[in-house]
Amino acid sequence: MLETAGLTKRFGRVVALSDVSLRIDAGGSVGVVGPNGAGKTTLFDCILGVVEPDAGWIAFDGRRIDRLPTFRRGLLGIGRTFQRLELFGGMTPREHLLVTERVRGGGGRLWKDVVGLGRPAPRERREADDLLELVGLGDVADVPVEALNLGRCRLVELARALVGPPKLLMLDEPSSGLDDGERTILVSVLGRVRRERGVAVALVEHDLDLVTAVVDRLVVLDVGRVIADGPVDAVLADGAVRRAYLGSGR
Amino acid sequence: MALFLSFLLPGIPYGCAYALMGAGLVLTYRASGVFNLAFGAQAYVSAIIFSIAVHDAWPAWAAFVVAVLVASPAIGLAMERLLFRYTRTAGPLVKLVPALGLLIAIPSVTQMIIGTSTRLPSSLVLQTWKIYFRLGSTPVSGGELSTTVITVVVVGLFALVLRSSGLGLRMRAVVESPRMAELSGVRADRTSATAWVLSSLFAGLAGVLLAPLFATVSAPNFTALLVAAIAAAAIGGFESLPLVLAGAIGLGIAQQLLAGYLPSGTILSSGLRPAFPFVVLAIALVARRTLRQPAARDPLASCDPPALAFRAPARMTQVAVGSRAFSVLVAGMLVATTVVLVPGSWEFVFTLGTVLSIVFLSITLLTGMGGQISLGQAAFAGAGAFTAGQLAMHAVPVLAAVLLGGLLAAALGAVVALPALRLGGIAVGLLTLSFALLATNVLFLYPWSGNGATGLTVPRPQVGTVSFAGNGAFFWLVLAFLVLLAGAVKLVQGGTIGRELAALRGSERGSAAIGIDMRRLRVVAFTLSAAIAGIGGALYASLQQSISVNDFNYQFSLVYVVVVAAVGVYSVAGALEAGVLYAVLMQLTSTLSSRFSSLLALVFALAALTYVRHPEGVVAYGKAWVLDRAEQLTRHLQRAEPTYAGPSGAATGQRHGHLRPHLRPHLHGGDRR
Repeated sequence: MLETAGLTKRFGRVVALSDVSLRIDAGGSVGVVGPNGAGKTTLFDCILGVVEPDAGWIAFDGRRIDRLPTFRRGLLGIGRTFQRLELFGGMTPREHLLVTERVRGGGGRLWKDVVGLGRPAPRERREADDLLELVGLGDVADVPVEALNLGRCRLVELARALVGPPKLLMLDEPSSGLDDGERTILVSVLGRVRRERGVAVALVEHDLDLVTAVVDRLVVLDVGRVIADGPVDAVLADGAVRRAYLGSGR
Repeated sequence: MALFLSFLLPGIPYGCAYALMGAGLVLTYRASGVFNLAFGAQAYVSAIIFSIAVHDAWPAWAAFVVAVLVASPAIGLAMERLLFRYTRTAGPLVKLVPALGLLIAIPSVTQMIIGTSTRLPSSLVLQTWKIYFRLGSTPVSGGELSTTVITVVVVGLFALVLRSSGLGLRMRAVVESPRMAELSGVRADRTSATAWVLSSLFAGLAGVLLAPLFATVSAPNFTALLVAAIAAAAIGGFESLPLVLAGAIGLGIAQQLLAGYLPSGTILSSGLRPAFPFVVLAIALVARRTLRQPAARDPLASCDPPALAFRAPARMTQVAVGSRAFSVLVAGMLVATTVVLVPGSWEFVFTLGTVLSIVFLSITLLTGMGGQISLGQAAFAGAGAFTAGQLAMHAVPVLAAVLLGGLLAAALGAVVALPALRLGGIAVGLLTLSFALLATNVLFLYPWSGNGATGLTVPRPQVGTVSFAGNGAFFWLVLAFLVLLAGAVKLVQGGTIGRELAALRGSERGSAAIGIDMRRLRVVAFTLSAAIAGIGGALYASLQQSISVNDFNYQFSLVYVVVVAAVGVYSVAGALEAGVLYAVLMQLTSTLSSRFSSLLALVFALAALTYVRHPEGVVAYGKAWVLDRAEQLTRHLQRAEPTYAGPSGAATGQRHGHLRPHLRPHLHGGDRR
């Protein structure tokens, strides 16, 4: 479903990505791991159009997307969360989902706003309620996100990325700042959306226990290169991976 | 060659004054992120103190010490200590509004203290008009000579200090990242205060040096100086001092060359010279890459909690219903007063207030809802007004002309929005300001548009047999427009566009990720806002029946933003309150002596200074305070347990009226990262 080939990105003299080729099948799940500075976030940013790659191409659903602006890639069915929170300040979790429902679902027209037909439709409200329940934010649905703690904020981002639902969910360090309870919610939500809605998942994460609980396949990046790609067990047993990332103790 | 020299040489002193102020602007912008528009006012204050002192037979050096070395830096220090040290992590609007307020407040306070009598400029070192020597055949006067020499010496010394001393190093460190500097033991606060003092010194010096180049010392001259300085700063990308200096002198020379070589007597030549800096500013803003993302350079910027967005608290049902009923009652009483009880001048005042409310609605939509700063709304209003006027002269029915005026203003709004798409924050404001200046100095002067100071006459509308010529009838018409437009803005706010704009204000990357087309949305916001301003302007024209370019002067754009921000920019009600308040206060202050003629602007300007603490606006804050008390009272009467939101924000009741982080911005933010 998502395919990249030969992705290369340099920042000045630093090579952030070097000839990265990656495939994610529909409904599949991939964990992207590697030490800090390996190029994981840059890879995500390239796929989503936040930074432009110097070379290589990206295809989604059999269609080249590397020339599309970021928002179009979002509309094609890629949901994402951010390493640094990018929530809509001043809005509640419910409002986050309602605006996303409208944008993803289309149908927003200026004339409809002006004659009073722009308010959230009952169907959109229902879907927002369902998602809030799914990620366990029902009790704070109407509290501005400024008043929520980091873990709750991450779950708001997750719920926002799940609106649609997307075909592919890209999560950038979703577990950082979560407590154990929230981590459990995260794992179970990811499991459910994969099973029930067939959402493919790409995950950048340092917590290997969480990664292995969610994904079937691991891609290991080091200094911008893919040094391993395959089923979780096989990759974890790989010598080069152990040296580059895991250390010998593991 | 001699002709060329005679045009070129007089440009240099102008350029020098631009350079001094431009360097000051860059310094404070890099040190605190504030684009200090009040430098124009500081330059004015220094010039006037200097001029008064010299005319009172002080020695020039003593006058210089008081005006330039004491007064201006003292104002700058006070600004840093009392206002701008609290805005470091705030959004561009929070940084801009107090500076705008000061730009308006300082000259009006000065005017109240010293009166309105004409002040003649005094030269600093040499006699202003005496010709000291000739370059070729071009005479060089004392004013020109001293301005040039002093600028070169001061900027040179400053560059030397920045390069070689510990202060320069510290300042550069703080400019790069205040927190990183503090972590290495530099007192960022003190260094940034130093930057403010030094840059204010530049502004004061520029004021005193530039004063002899004009016939009298008056505040508008210094606003013009400010714009040219902003253009110079933009050429330097808001960072490079040598480029600012070169750009400023180039600008001064180019202005004089244009004045010399353009055919005289045409609007193009008389308009292009003053308009030239705005054109340069607009081009520099769009062309310079560093202006697009200036804020993200601090390596520790990600440690900041996000700037708090304003959000009106949800209220208990009883209080919400009560407050709504009260608003309706007040609005009804105002309408009744206007129509029934006080005919005559007050009828006109309330009609004017209603028209202004429409213009202010355009700011609510663009700035409050869209998060975009526009300093050019008066120009859009003018475009609507003059379009309506021209059409009415060609026998188009006035009502249709008003709507077509809105349409043309909308088109202009879209045109201005296109280059603004690449910019963010303050740069959009400066771009729209340069558009407003272009409009009042060039566009509105042609006979086919505003017809200059002579202006146009616009009749009151007539629909079939119904005439709106009387003030009473016209009030109903204007009120109908206001109700329709305010209702539409409210519906847009609650609809798709409004929610998308709210999302965009919250996070650009986040809204792109969910699929919001930021560019389209911004163009829509600009277009709608300009359309509303245009309709408001056209109605204003029909109310006054005779309008000229002075009715839509660029300074009104600045005042409008200050007024709406001071009253409440985030709600439709704020625009209505601002319009009525402004018109009523205007009427009340209209009988004062000329010394206090600017009291009206001063009231709002001072209110704007509270924007740092209360971005929701003074009136909105007052209302929230009253409603808080009302909720307490209601609970007390109900003897109900107050709802409490736990530390995670889990509201147990249906409302969370007490969860209002925007009321205490300085306490917030520790728990998120």
